[in-house]
Amino acid sequence: MKNTYWKKNIRYITILLSLWFIVSFGCGILFVDQLNTIQIGGFKLGFWFAQQGSIFGFVAIIFTYIYLMNKLDQTQNN
Amino acid sequence: MELQYWIWIAVGLSFSLYIGIAIWSRAGSTKEFYVAGGGVHPIANGMATAADWMSAASFISMAGIISFSGYDGSVYLMGWTGGYVLLALLLAPYLRKFGKFTVPDFIGDRYYSNTARSVAVFCALIVSFTYIAGQMRGVGVVFSRYLEVDIVTGVLIGMGIVLFYAVLGGMKGITYTQVAQYCVLIFAFMVPAIYISFLVTGNVIPQLGFGGTDAEGVFLLDKLDGLHKELGFHEYTSGSKSMFDVFCITMALMVGTAGLPHVIVRFFTVKKVSDARKSAGWALLFIAILYTTAPAIAVFSRTNLIETVSNQPYEQMPEWFDKWETTGLLGFTDKNEDGLIQYTADTTTNELTVDADIMVLANPEIAQLPNWVIALLAAGALAAALSTAAGLLLVISSAVSHDLLKKMVMPKISEKGELIAARLAATGAVCLAGYFGINPPGFVAATVALAFGLAASSFFPAILLGIFSKRINKEGAISGMLVGVTLMLFYMLKFKFGWFGGGTKADWWFGISPEGFGTIAMIANFLVTLIISSKTPAPSKDIQELVANIRKP
Repeated sequence: MKNTYWKKNIRYITILLSLWFIVSFGCGILFVDQLNTIQIGGFKLGFWFAQQGSIFGFVAIIFTYIYLMNKLDQTQNN
Repeated sequence: MELQYWIWIAVGLSFSLYIGIAIWSRAGSTKEFYVAGGGVHPIANGMATAADWMSAASFISMAGIISFSGYDGSVYLMGWTGGYVLLALLLAPYLRKFGKFTVPDFIGDRYYSNTARSVAVFCALIVSFTYIAGQMRGVGVVFSRYLEVDIVTGVLIGMGIVLFYAVLGGMKGITYTQVAQYCVLIFAFMVPAIYISFLVTGNVIPQLGFGGTDAEGVFLLDKLDGLHKELGFHEYTSGSKSMFDVFCITMALMVGTAGLPHVIVRFFTVKKVSDARKSAGWALLFIAILYTTAPAIAVFSRTNLIETVSNQPYEQMPEWFDKWETTGLLGFTDKNEDGLIQYTADTTTNELTVDADIMVLANPEIAQLPNWVIALLAAGALAAALSTAAGLLLVISSAVSHDLLKKMVMPKISEKGELIAARLAATGAVCLAGYFGINPPGFVAATVALAFGLAASSFFPAILLGIFSKRINKEGAISGMLVGVTLMLFYMLKFKFGWFGGGTKADWWFGISPEGFGTIAMIANFLVTLIISSKTPAPSKDIQELVANIRKP
């Protein structure tokens, strides 16, 4: 039982950290030039990710983790 | 009403609020002094963390730095927010579960060694001192600029206030004043930002105005790229640094953020493990409000500046131009004597020098906002500097009274004695920080950014592996921390201060700047820790059980 809790936690962390890497290092740095060819509104997409999108992404990632872990904690208690 | 009165009112009111809170939240025990009794609500802790985190530099300088570096400034935006993801997912919940008072506490217990504890104390002190001197300086600068007192008096007033609530209330006092300080600073930052966004783009939300259009229907960012090209600067939305260096700096800042002791310790103050996760989420949300607004301000004020000054006659400059010229933050030399201001990337023909700080400080005047907004900005900048200084002070005082005295030198010291020692240590730290604020050593400005590299290369691997591996032992962790910190210090001293033969940009290893080198030093720390641990005996059953226990919810 304890083991599945930890394994699930590790899986959530792995998935969410991959997202963390993609929105910042991926979209904002490594592929910024490719994404900059796409323009949405006044923003070049790569630039937007580097200065806005990554930060929104980080907030979303943490709140997702909070939600997932609260659910997981509850199954532990039952 | 005159500006000076407004400023005295704003600063006076906010200071009396902080003092009031301090009296209300005196600390009666070491638990209250170190971790505010451990019962802080996650949203309150989120606000306190945000204020703790956002220093005078975030408040005053960041928007300006981005404004001058364009895309390159993204390293700060991503680097100083992304670390909270690491904190929430990898560190904060487990450190809260561990349930002690300080970061060296965890390192010392997990690696069952006072050597490990001493290394951690040493790292915590280095990181915190380099950081706090810059904050006291910030307090002095704000006072001298807005209240027309000299910097020394400014620093002394700031020291007095921090001393009062940090010494009296410890973490408890600091936490609740930081909550108030967050409210002051975010309000002060957002009011002018909203005003200016509306003025420039007609949109009241700066994050949207950022991608909006000006009065003629041209996208602001396209216009700025065009202006930059005309004047010979690199395009605003693309960078001048190498991609690899941008990657390394961002990583070093993120990991460094997650490894800073004054940030980590905030998560010891909540009631339970799930609250530690929650408050990391709230903290990032509160920080994101400022951090997503700053790049928008950067663009508004950059466009404003270029349009107001470029190729315009010097005689017709608005009033704020003269005012900031007298402070030295703005400078004009008419090199070709045509009476016009030539602002270009070419240093031989450029006639205008602009300090980055002006982008936030002069914004209300450039946008012709009422005087009370300027007064608010002064109170906000002071709140940002004081809140960070107080958080750092607590780390320094607890490192001395708890980690050194109680855990190593005098284990039999009474609760009351430890509390007195903590207060004395805090007083000593304030005085030392004040001294450095008045006589700033040349290295302060250079090392604040490097504090992140030091935190990344020392604490982060030791804490992370301590939680996620049962196999890592003291031999591995101690040698890893020592290798990481030594490597980082060596690189920093070599390329920032010219020791060990010095070197220029061309000599950088793999083209990595000292700011980004924390990433490499951290990887070295990880490798050394893993290799040495695998060659030496595993930690005892008790330690493995301790690790298993902190993983349980």
